[in-house]
Amino acid sequence: MQFVLTVLKSFFTSAFFHAAVMQGIPLLYGAVGEILTEKSGNLNLGIAGIMYMGGIGGLIGAFLYENAAASPIPFVAMMVSILSALLLATLGGLIYAVLTITFRANQNVTGLALTTFGVGFGNFMGGSIMKLTGKTGQITVYLTGKAFKSTFAFAASETVVNNPFLNAICTMFFSYGFLTYFAIAIAVAAGYFLARTRKGLNLRAVGESPATADANNINVSRYKYVAICVGAAIAGLGGLYFVMEYMGGTWQNDAFGDRGWLAIALVIFALWKPVRAIWASILFGGLYVLYTRIPIAGATQEFFKMVPYVVTIIVLGITSFRKRPEDQPPQSLGLAYFREER
Amino acid sequence: MKKEQTLREPFVRMVKRDAMPGWQRACIYALALLLALIVCSAVIVAFTGLNPVTVFKTMFETTFGTPDLAWKNRAMSIWTTVRDTMILLCVALALVPAFRMRFWNIGGEGQILVGGLATAFAMRQFGDAMPTWLLFTYMVCFSLLAGMVWGLLPAVFKAFWNTNETLFTLMMNYIAIQIVSAFSILWEAKQGSGSIGVINKATKAGHMTTSWLSGAFGTKNYIIDVMIVLALTILIFVYMKYTKHGYELTVVGESGNTARYAGINVRRVIIRTMALSGALCGLAGFILVSGSSHTISTNTAGGRGFTAIIVAWLAKFNPFMMIVISFFLVFMDYGAKGVATSCGLNKAFSDIITGIILFFILGSEFFINYRLVFRGGRKEAL
Repeated sequence: MQFVLTVLKSFFTSAFFHAAVMQGIPLLYGAVGEILTEKSGNLNLGIAGIMYMGGIGGLIGAFLYENAAASPIPFVAMMVSILSALLLATLGGLIYAVLTITFRANQNVTGLALTTFGVGFGNFMGGSIMKLTGKTGQITVYLTGKAFKSTFAFAASETVVNNPFLNAICTMFFSYGFLTYFAIAIAVAAGYFLARTRKGLNLRAVGESPATADANNINVSRYKYVAICVGAAIAGLGGLYFVMEYMGGTWQNDAFGDRGWLAIALVIFALWKPVRAIWASILFGGLYVLYTRIPIAGATQEFFKMVPYVVTIIVLGITSFRKRPEDQPPQSLGLAYFREER
Repeated sequence: MKKEQTLREPFVRMVKRDAMPGWQRACIYALALLLALIVCSAVIVAFTGLNPVTVFKTMFETTFGTPDLAWKNRAMSIWTTVRDTMILLCVALALVPAFRMRFWNIGGEGQILVGGLATAFAMRQFGDAMPTWLLFTYMVCFSLLAGMVWGLLPAVFKAFWNTNETLFTLMMNYIAIQIVSAFSILWEAKQGSGSIGVINKATKAGHMTTSWLSGAFGTKNYIIDVMIVLALTILIFVYMKYTKHGYELTVVGESGNTARYAGINVRRVIIRTMALSGALCGLAGFILVSGSSHTISTNTAGGRGFTAIIVAWLAKFNPFMMIVISFFLVFMDYGAKGVATSCGLNKAFSDIITGIILFFILGSEFFINYRLVFRGGRKEAL
């Protein structure tokens, strides 16, 4: 009993919520990007690689700017970093889009190849860029990292810090860099776009039945291209968030780990609904760091790291039992569309 | 008021081809490979500043040993390359029946790991208590069984409730990784190290050896791996081409409705095929643990479950073509790692090179399946 109480006490703290959000936001970016992609009927297993590419892109951009400018301005460094992250992530998405849409290559195989490429690209550049630019040591962009981490000034003010209640509220909701709030804004926007706009309806039609969409004069290829590239760009921001806000502007090989795959799991958990992905990502983030709060060391702890995946499988199973039409994956997910094929 | 749209033939359109002759297909692949190598060379030169010829020489030397080395040392490099080719081939073969059935088994990684874990369990548990033949029987059976269970779970869900198998098998990988990670701590050799170390280091019980061949293939070799996997290659070829099972699963893959109409029990075929696929992945785990590493860690599978998907796909499920492609991928991997090491760059370089080559080959398949027709080109009789 005492044990259960200790565990519960460590969960219902503002610090745990904070940790869950920090873990959840990369997943949220990845999941929202993947939802947009999957709504167009393409299952992009390359999202893990794309997130690596976004992360390293942002890091390289910031690194080059910090080294080139005599006195780098944090805001400019941030913008350069975001732009280069978006650029590289979109490039990853574009490779996938060209191969699967125009060349009708198999989506799963292409996605896996893209993951191999993207993860390799990230690790290679992260580990070699110092050597390539004739420097030594570990790559860091301290200034840009700090800029990304900067948060509301009032959260650190004396009145807040001295008041336990206000402090807890601020830790939970006002202690993050702007990318966190941006992630939530993007998720809400994507939800609105898919459910409430004409273009969103068209996109869903493309994912459900491209032949029907085509017959209604919807340009299937264009919708797929745009959805995949925008989705990749959003997912790339997840990598950027991880590198900048979570790691503080440095690179560590494979530190991003399996979060890309977890983002794909999150898509299932959120039942292809971006707004649902917001709380689901925080829940997943919590599950991801659950083991740190359980006062058991050793082998049992490893089993707790399994929880997010087990939960995903359960959700996957339940949705397929219940067969509710609004909870199903897009009908033509994973299939290439060729107009002349019947 | 809407204007009547004039219908114009598009500038270029695509038409599906019928089967393409083998030599033409080979030409397209060769062309894609050539283009890929040109792009790779450009990337290599951009990053390392080396002459591409030197680079390819380094690649050969890391894979096959440096010519000025003693033959014994060169043999070691070659055997390592052969071993990795065989293991990758084994996983790819395991995936063939599932893919033929259009069942996306992305869970090879997890199935290998549980197979390896089961082998490690048998080695630890019975290593000193059993005669060698019985121990090996246990190890093989355990690994097959563990892999089978890991494959069956998603298959049952797919068969009965049509659960998405791509995502299910993917998640099963991470569960397997965590189980292995838990056992790494449970069985750790030194307190706090988190690694098991070589199992049965002193007795070597359960380690595959070739001492009974009295050094016919050199002192350290992987001839057993080669024999097992080549036998498996032929078995899978026969299973897919000449057995009723192979035929049934192909029909299920082409069209579930056709299969049902023909009286094939689709559920049974799905479950049976995945049991086979999972079990063979488990066997790959056995080969890895007993045959080379003699230990198990979360890195034992090393992404082979994913790479094998690419191998199986590129070979169009032809087991003999898979030998070539497995070898090619292992060669590129080792070679690029050698280049990166010799320039003091990160080893992940090999993934970039492999990725680029895969993109080109995947893209080239379009020209095998489709044909482009240009506007105003020659008219063809329909």
